[in-house]
Amino acid sequence: MKRVKRRYLALQVERELAPTERELIDAVWAAVTRLYGEVGASQTGLALIDLNLERKVAVIRVTLASLNIVRASLATITSIAGKDASVRVLSVSGTIKALFSNTK
Amino acid sequence: MTRSFVDLHLRVNLADQQATQRLISRAANLGYKQISLASTSKLSGEEKAKLKAMCREANLDFVSRADFYPHSEVELTRFLRRFRREFEVICISCDNKEVARQAAKDRRVDLLNFSSLDYHKRFFDRAEAELASGCLAALEVDVKPLLVLEGPPRVRLLMSLRREVAVALEFHVPLVLSSGVSEERFMRSPRDMASLGYLIGLDEVSVLDAVSTNPATIVSRNREKLGSGFVAPGIKVIKEGKA
Repeated sequence: MKRVKRRYLALQVERELAPTERELIDAVWAAVTRLYGEVGASQTGLALIDLNLERKVAVIRVTLASLNIVRASLATITSIAGKDASVRVLSVSGTIKALFSNTK
Repeated sequence: MTRSFVDLHLRVNLADQQATQRLISRAANLGYKQISLASTSKLSGEEKAKLKAMCREANLDFVSRADFYPHSEVELTRFLRRFRREFEVICISCDNKEVARQAAKDRRVDLLNFSSLDYHKRFFDRAEAELASGCLAALEVDVKPLLVLEGPPRVRLLMSLRREVAVALEFHVPLVLSSGVSEERFMRSPRDMASLGYLIGLDEVSVLDAVSTNPATIVSRNREKLGSGFVAPGIKVIKEGKA
């Protein structure tokens, strides 16, 4: 079976209070589903890897094929759990190790 | 080569200086190099100088822009005759087909903008693109409606934009992606804004061109034209001889 290529994205969450892991990932799922529907969302392989509450930096994992889908969806997020927010992509990498060294 | 990013459509209310300052700082933090601030009122020379100073402080290049909403061809040409040499970028919001066609074939117009909410007033079809491709007008797409609309209105807007973008690409009409926002929370980094271009059928190179090369080309071309030595494209006075 062909190996699925993945990408890791470091996200800067811009919100007054840092969201919880559940709130953040729900907002991302909701944005992808609104734009691409449930079938599209199911193909993204989206997973939350890490959330640093202090720096409000999150790391998510997606499949390489759906990278553009997720990036476009992230840009449309205007609120998280009912509070004004936006999500900015800080860096994209093929490995978590490189991603952390990029965002330090 | 690193790209230099441009946002040609930030909306400000000049009466609220603090909000304007915040918007400018945010644009600088997000990585833009050139911004244009479209005001709700007409910019006076003094206001323009003030905005320029604020942008310079934030290490940004200020581009002066005039937006106009003409109702007829006559109004459009009168406006262009009066303001073309005062502003670096001229954007025409096309309210009817007559204006849209005239704006597309007038070489003094830089950007064509269409209503995001009223789909009957989006006149960027093949005829419009053909006229625009023969002149210098680019199609401006504001991303704000993509952020604030939801459900069927956004679906309709995406549908129109995809069609228009395909036509623009076919006729080699440059595309400019602008934010069109007046609030900080809707501002996006250049690459995030570019990623919204995927939704309307642009590829990776075209989306980045739409937020960097295309708007920067318009600005540099017009700056050259507005310069004192400009005679015609490619011809400028470099030294004046003695009579």
